[in-house]
Formats: sequence, C-alpha cells, structure tokens
Amino acid sequence: KKQMAHSTTQSPIEKATLYVLSSEAKLMYGMLFSIKSFVSKISPLDPKEGFLYYKTSKYTLHYLETPSGLKFVLNTDNVTQNARELLQQLYREVYLEYVVKNPLCQLNEPIQSELFKLKVDELFKKSPLFLSRSI
Amino acid sequence: MSRAGTKLDSKKVFCMKNILRYDENLYIINSELFTLTYGALVAQLLKDYENVEDVNKQLERMGYNMGIRLIEDFLARTGSGRCYDFRDTAEKIQTGFKIFLGITPTITNWSAAGDEFSLCFEANPLTEFVELPDHCLNLKYCNVLIGVLRGACEMVQMEIACWFVQDQLKNDNVTELRIKFIKRLEDAIPAGED
Repeated sequence: KKQMAHSTTQSPIEKATLYVLSSEAKLMYGMLFSIKSFVSKISPLDPKEGFLYYKTSKYTLHYLETPSGLKFVLNTDNVTQNARELLQQLYREVYLEYVVKNPLCQLNEPIQSELFKLKVDELFKKSPLFLSRSI
Repeated sequence: MSRAGTKLDSKKVFCMKNILRYDENLYIINSELFTLTYGALVAQLLKDYENVEDVNKQLERMGYNMGIRLIEDFLARTGSGRCYDFRDTAEKIQTGFKIFLGITPTITNWSAAGDEFSLCFEANPLTEFVELPDHCLNLKYCNVLIGVLRGACEMVQMEIACWFVQDQLKNDNVTELRIKFIKRLEDAIPAGED
C-alpha cells in the first residue's frame, strides 16, 4: 500500500494560506463564542441544545457542539435540511473512528491524518445532501 | 485442498465466536483477555518503577490519557447531553461502566451536600485473577479507573477527585470508589473577548 506522505517544509504561499486560514478560524471561533453566549442569555427558556444554526440571504451555517466542547460547523445553501444529522454522523463515524481512536493524532492540535481527510470527503460525498445538489 | 480450507475456516469461526460476542452492533471482547492484559501492564510497571507509589501515579496518568479519549466514544455512543446535576453525572458514569466494562456498580452513600457519592463494585473485571503480594500492599491496583474518570470528567468541564475507600484486593467485601465534585471548569474565552 502506498504510504501517506506529508511534507514537512512549506512554501511561503502555503504558509501565507495557513496564516489566513488560522486567522479566519479565530474570527469564526470568536463569532460562534459570542453567538453562543448571546443565545443562552437572550433565551426566555432554558436552552437545551443552545445555538443550532443561522441563516443569511445566501447561506446557512449549521453548528453542532458536543458536551466535550468539540464544535462542528458546516455551511450549506439555504434549502438544505438535516445538516445537523450529518454533523452528528461526522462526529460519530469519522472523528471518533479516525482521530480519537488513532493514538498518533493529538487531540489539541490540527488534524494531520490523511486517512481522516479521505473519510470526511467520503462521508460528505455519499450523503444525500451532497448528492441531491450535484444533479 | 478446498476441504482443508473450509475446515480451517470453520475452526476460525468457532474461535471467533468464543472470543467475540455480537451485541448491539458492538464487538465485545471477552473480558479475560482484558483482565490479563491489564495485569501484564501492572506487572511491567512494578518491574520498571520498583516503587509502588510511582506505579500508582503512572496508572493514574495512563488512565487520564485514556479518559480524555474515551469520553468521546461514550458521548458518540450514548448521544447524551450535558449533565443537569451531579446525580445525573453519577448515572452516566454508571452507564459508562456498563458500556466499557460490562458491570453495573451501585451508586450509594451520597453526601448531604450532594457533591460526593460512592460507586460499589461487587465484581470487578480488572481484578478477576489477582492477589496482591505482601510487598505491594500500598498498590492501588485499579488506579487506572481513577485516571479515566478524572480525564473523562475534565473533558466535559468538570473537575472531580476520586479515590478508593474499600478494595476487595485488601480483603474488603466490596470495592468502593468515592467520587467528589470539585468545580465546574469554564470554556476558554477567545483573546479579546470579555
């Protein structure tokens, strides 16, 4: 079998991309954090699951947070339903199997595993959400 | 040739049936294999460290590392949400023992404040064939469980302390594990937020 290789040296362009991505990720995290505390404070009832999704005129952001604090975020178009179910599946069938159960994957740093990337890709491509769009 | 092949296959299947039981879509490994593997681990640690206190510490540390991963497995399998109170936590920990060790410890001895309880084990798969030799009387054989609980709870923003009050290996009737709630850990706030 072909061994998965990942390069240890990065070109300046890759570095710049990573930097933009990570600062974007920080912004995203800050926004989600604010929405979460906003939702929990403004809700008149005890929010069981807290923040679920938001919708703009162009896209919908679906949000899933596990009790252990993992956050899964998926952007879709506005007609997509059940994206939350897909996120749960991602957690159960991919993150758990290929990150948590892989002792080489550190839990507090970016996931490097090629196998994980492959499985995420597979999951999304076989999901009805993806299939119904690609026609 | 083909006959020999099928014979081998059926034998293999027979062995697999002995080792594995198909249960609710999960393969459950015969607990003896687990018991003996854990025994080998403890024996090796005793050889490596020669000091019982160090072994206790190592077992706890290993348990902690297991716990922080095991909690994800637990959450994904049970789909359970956050705990409403510590009693809820106690029941979830009990469920955890059912899933991962196939035993159901009883929850007893609640403290008046409701922040402390005991788990009593009648049977403990970890200690099935174990007898402590005289020079290991301070060994906390099941210390890995303490680490697992601490690690798992920490991942769901709960700091707990736990320790063994009674131990069947030390001639008590039951093994009693005491669990105390220390505090709720807060979510990390991103830089620049209040």
